[in-house]
Amino acid sequence: MPDDTVVTVAAGWGVLAAVLLCALAVFAVALDAVLSARAQGAGGGWAAPLSRAARLLRQRRRTTVAADTLLWRAGGAGMFVGAFLMVAVIPLGRWTLSDLSVGVVWFNAVDVMVWALVWLVGWGANSTHSLVGGYRFLAHGLAYELPLMFALVAPAIAAGSLRVADVAAAQDDLWFVVWMPVAFVVYLIGVMGFSVWGPFAPALASDIAGGVLAELSGVDRLVFLAGRYMFLAAGAAFSVPLFLGGGAGPVLPGWAWVLVKTVAVLAVLVWLRRKVPLMRPDRFMEIGWILLLPAAVVQDLVVSLIVVWEG
Amino acid sequence: MLIGIVFWVLAVVAVAAGVAVFVADSMARATYALAVSFIAVGVQILLLQQSYLGLITILMMVMEMAVMAVYMVMFMGMNPALMPMDMTHGKKTAIGASVGAFVLLAGGALLIPWPQRRGEPPDELTHALGLEIMGEKMLVMAVIGPVMVATIVAGVVLAAGRTRYDRFGDDLHRRPGDDPQSGGVGR
Repeated sequence: MPDDTVVTVAAGWGVLAAVLLCALAVFAVALDAVLSARAQGAGGGWAAPLSRAARLLRQRRRTTVAADTLLWRAGGAGMFVGAFLMVAVIPLGRWTLSDLSVGVVWFNAVDVMVWALVWLVGWGANSTHSLVGGYRFLAHGLAYELPLMFALVAPAIAAGSLRVADVAAAQDDLWFVVWMPVAFVVYLIGVMGFSVWGPFAPALASDIAGGVLAELSGVDRLVFLAGRYMFLAAGAAFSVPLFLGGGAGPVLPGWAWVLVKTVAVLAVLVWLRRKVPLMRPDRFMEIGWILLLPAAVVQDLVVSLIVVWEG
Repeated sequence: MLIGIVFWVLAVVAVAAGVAVFVADSMARATYALAVSFIAVGVQILLLQQSYLGLITILMMVMEMAVMAVYMVMFMGMNPALMPMDMTHGKKTAIGASVGAFVLLAGGALLIPWPQRRGEPPDELTHALGLEIMGEKMLVMAVIGPVMVATIVAGVVLAAGRTRYDRFGDDLHRRPGDDPQSGGVGR
């Protein structure tokens, strides 16, 4: 077992955290492109992050009539910045940027920001399709957010702390994923939700001409899409201290295990996009409230009972 | 020093964003100006080292403003929400009431003889606050919670135009129910 004490590193190391997050996002883009290419019987795709970014950087910015530019740009830039805020509380082995006593709530507050950000991007363009996309996302949000919140509660109850490092340290004996699998699954659904990913992509779907993305072009589109992949990566990274034992593992040091587990979860999330159908917001509303929410609450109850039982 | 600067910057942002709510001519800008104002207040609470309350304030307010955007389109007929519009109405009453309330509260804050601090804050502030709020009143809270939920459910049931007879037929035997919007579980 690695040492449980967590060291708060100087803020300058945030640059390294940002670089790691960007690298994870690039990996997610590349993996998605490779899987797409393979599904169509072609090879390659690993260069996709580079070629797509280069294309978007060269693209001219599209303007629309009476666009609310302030809110439009704020939404896109917020997606990019938000993911960095999220990783600030994730310990990398025994180092963390911020050993916040309520790190789990911090994560939750940042993921709720996405509600506002995606809607703002949809609103800003003054385009019907964009706005419909924004509202589709909000409808999804209403369905996935509460189950996600109750899924976050389970590890916090078991650890008796909202500090992310404490939650990771509480899994010395047994990873939380083993005895709270429902919370883990609901959490991953929530991560796909706030990343507008996989089944939650109708906000960006082609039946409404790209939805929120419809009028986004050039660097604005690049920033929004990068933010989306980074949120997916940050969500995968947060699952490691929350459910997967943090930096626990044989041979390798803690930081390496955190990265290995993050990459594994991220790869599964990227792979799932092609395996799970798009969820219509009206349909998913009932799944969220009638299946996922009670399941998460029962999971919390079971965890609470076990915690009380073991005293 | 640094905390002082942050405090004043946040204070100015909070008030300026609050003013922007009434100056903006767009419902979206007014909504999110209010969100920015609340976020600034939430960070102020973080400065008071009440991390949980500060973050919860930010979380709740951002979510609330996003939900407000839903209501904006649901309940505003002919969607004026999507067009430029004046954010104020009943101006004289509103200005009178708000100036009066401000003078009362600010005057009270300045003139009241504040007591001296007794004792030291406990280490786990949030924990102590929770005990202070809930300790004595746990039973009341435990009762009020279900009553509130029951009230909400009853309110929705009374307000809804459709009843279970519309869903399940006159003898309540029709399955799955006849819903205007079919859900994903197939009830």
